[in-house]
Amino acid sequence: MKYIDEFHNPELARRLLDEIHSTVTRPWALMEVCGGQTHTIIRHGIDQLLPEQVELIHGPGCPVCVTPLEVIDKALEIASRPDVVFCSFGDMLRVPGTGRDLFQVRSEGGDVRVVYSPLDALRIAQQNPDKQVVFFGIGFETTAPPNAMTVYQARRLGIRNFSLLVSHVRVPPAIEAIMRSPSCRVQAFLAAGHVCSVMGTGEYPELAGRYRVPIVVTGFEPLDILEGVRRTVLQLERGEHTVDNAYPRAVRAEGNPAAKAMLEDVFEVTDRAWRGIGVIPQSGWRLSSRYREFDAEHRFSVTGIRTLEPAACRSGEVLQGLLKPHECEAFGTACTPRSPLGATMVSSEGACAAYYLYRRLDVAPARMEASPVG
Amino acid sequence: MCLAVPGRVLEIEERDGTRMASVDFGGVVKDVCLEYLPDLQVGEYAIVHVGFALQRLDEESALRTLELFADLGMLQEEFGDPWALAAEAQGHSWSDEDGAPQEARQ
Ligand code: SF4
Repeated sequence: MKYIDEFHNPELARRLLDEIHSTVTRPWALMEVCGGQTHTIIRHGIDQLLPEQVELIHGPGCPVCVTPLEVIDKALEIASRPDVVFCSFGDMLRVPGTGRDLFQVRSEGGDVRVVYSPLDALRIAQQNPDKQVVFFGIGFETTAPPNAMTVYQARRLGIRNFSLLVSHVRVPPAIEAIMRSPSCRVQAFLAAGHVCSVMGTGEYPELAGRYRVPIVVTGFEPLDILEGVRRTVLQLERGEHTVDNAYPRAVRAEGNPAAKAMLEDVFEVTDRAWRGIGVIPQSGWRLSSRYREFDAEHRFSVTGIRTLEPAACRSGEVLQGLLKPHECEAFGTACTPRSPLGATMVSSEGACAAYYLYRRLDVAPARMEASPVG
Repeated sequence: MCLAVPGRVLEIEERDGTRMASVDFGGVVKDVCLEYLPDLQVGEYAIVHVGFALQRLDEESALRTLELFADLGMLQEEFGDPWALAAEAQGHSWSDEDGAPQEARQ
């Protein structure tokens, strides 16, 4: 147990691990949905502390990674227009579109700005009435309510030069798509804590029942992950499949009702393409017809986009838990954080980046280039 | 960017008809919208994501999570200069003469 002393509470970590070790009798495959959890797991070597029979599979829970190439290309085109101020969160800057990224658009003269909050983009719109201000609205259920509120505020304040390029995604349909895949090996899910702090747990019992799969809401600290794994393994060994909340300090069953109500007002559920995976029915949100005037795709009618994914990138399989990052031929050679082929290597929450960053390379050293980080 | 970060409410005010707060994230102070957690009070902790308070959190878990995120470099990612981070990742150095827009360096 080489890393365990780094834990916040090594004593408790050891107890949880002992219990997991003594509970497991058979092999189990659990998927952690959230990219933030993947980072904790890899960084603290949690996967190596667990019994060999417990395999953690990384899920599609990185919004930057799953934003479709077509949407990125639309963003690049809109951002290149001379009358547009394009606002985005920082982690979208280097996500490769077909041939370039937002970082490059800015160096070519585009007015691309990074904001901390979508409300900052709204303020920029207020301050620049002669410009069109577009905000790149991506993300899961945690990010969608802030963006919904921003559109609501834009309408309330009568700000007309603001619009949203929307590509929001929802977790439960992704879980369903994973379970329905013929190659699925996942037997239980560690659900993403912060998504559930907004949405609550109400969407999960039906899924857990239908696919006979335990779903345990889990936080982000090493101890949270161990506790999530412990409860999941207990259920699996007993043949149970219920929804369990192992992150009660941040997740209430009802979630955040005000945020859910705003989501329902501003957005409507729609089919959505996931980068590398394809279209998942009902897996996204778009602006509802009442807010259509704030839809950047409607305002700018971006058409004729021809997308081209690099053939070598297998991030779709990585996102579905079918392939570990280091099993990709390009990993660490043609594809590094410095010159990434796929979004899973760019995004700090991406599984490929996590493996690269923490040098988790059950892979020949010759495949690695010089030290990626200090 | 999907991770929300805990912070402590320092001050609350009404702005443009919206309830806003200054929130301290282990030293970095940001404007945060309280519309989704309207009864949050000064001194309390909440999970904040992209400038919105989403759920209350007790002080002990908040401080522990902040410490973890600082260790993982996630606070730097959330609050650092994103242009500099992107340039660095690409292998360039970054200087102020490059003219990062104001919003990038609040
Ligand atoms: S290592 Fe690079 S090329 Fe391979 S799947 Fe990951 S992002 Fe794609």
